[in-house]
Amino acid sequence: MTALDSLPPWLMALVAFFLVLGSTLTLLGAFGLFHLKSFYDRIHAPTLGTSWGTAAILLASLLAWSWVQDRVFLHELVIGISVMVTTPVTLMFLGRAALHRDRVDGHGTVPPAAVTEPTREAVSSAGMD
Amino acid sequence: MTTVLWLALTWAQLALALAACLATWRIAVGPRAQDRVLGLDALYIATMLLFIVTGMRLGTPFLFEAALVIAIGGFMGTVSLAKFLLRGEVIE
Repeated sequence: MTALDSLPPWLMALVAFFLVLGSTLTLLGAFGLFHLKSFYDRIHAPTLGTSWGTAAILLASLLAWSWVQDRVFLHELVIGISVMVTTPVTLMFLGRAALHRDRVDGHGTVPPAAVTEPTREAVSSAGMD
Repeated sequence: MTTVLWLALTWAQLALALAACLATWRIAVGPRAQDRVLGLDALYIATMLLFIVTGMRLGTPFLFEAALVIAIGGFMGTVSLAKFLLRGEVIE
């Protein structure tokens, strides 16, 4: 903690608040991942860490480094945008994969597919018409 | 006032390390493959945040590049593993 000693007290309190908020939310999300019973419950828990956990820690880092270096740091912005954009994509993919696997194996109590998949012949004949 | 920041940094490092341990437990135990992939996703987020907090404590900006690489690489890893679970192959 060499460079951060030059922060004024109000900014130091703000940085400390955001650090504690972000790390506590990430810990709560990981505890939910550890504790909850079914996969479809567990998939929601780590999003605490990817939404406000990441946002608060990056905000604390942004405030501290912007004061120390006297310029706005862009690294945090790039990391934050990439995490916030990619997390829904990964969780949608993972949820669909889990649903597919549960339906194929007949594992657990997942609802069946709502609409029957059209066969390849039906699609091609409809396209021919 | 420095003490407040020291306490906050220590708490953040301990909480993020514990979060990484819980995600590792889910990877090791998780009953099915999708649980392990979800644990991997939570593990790389916690590790990336731990890198950022450690960079703040050490006063070096060089750990940001490592955190960025972890963020991008973790996204690639989770998406390709989920694609593998969904289709049975990664590149069709």
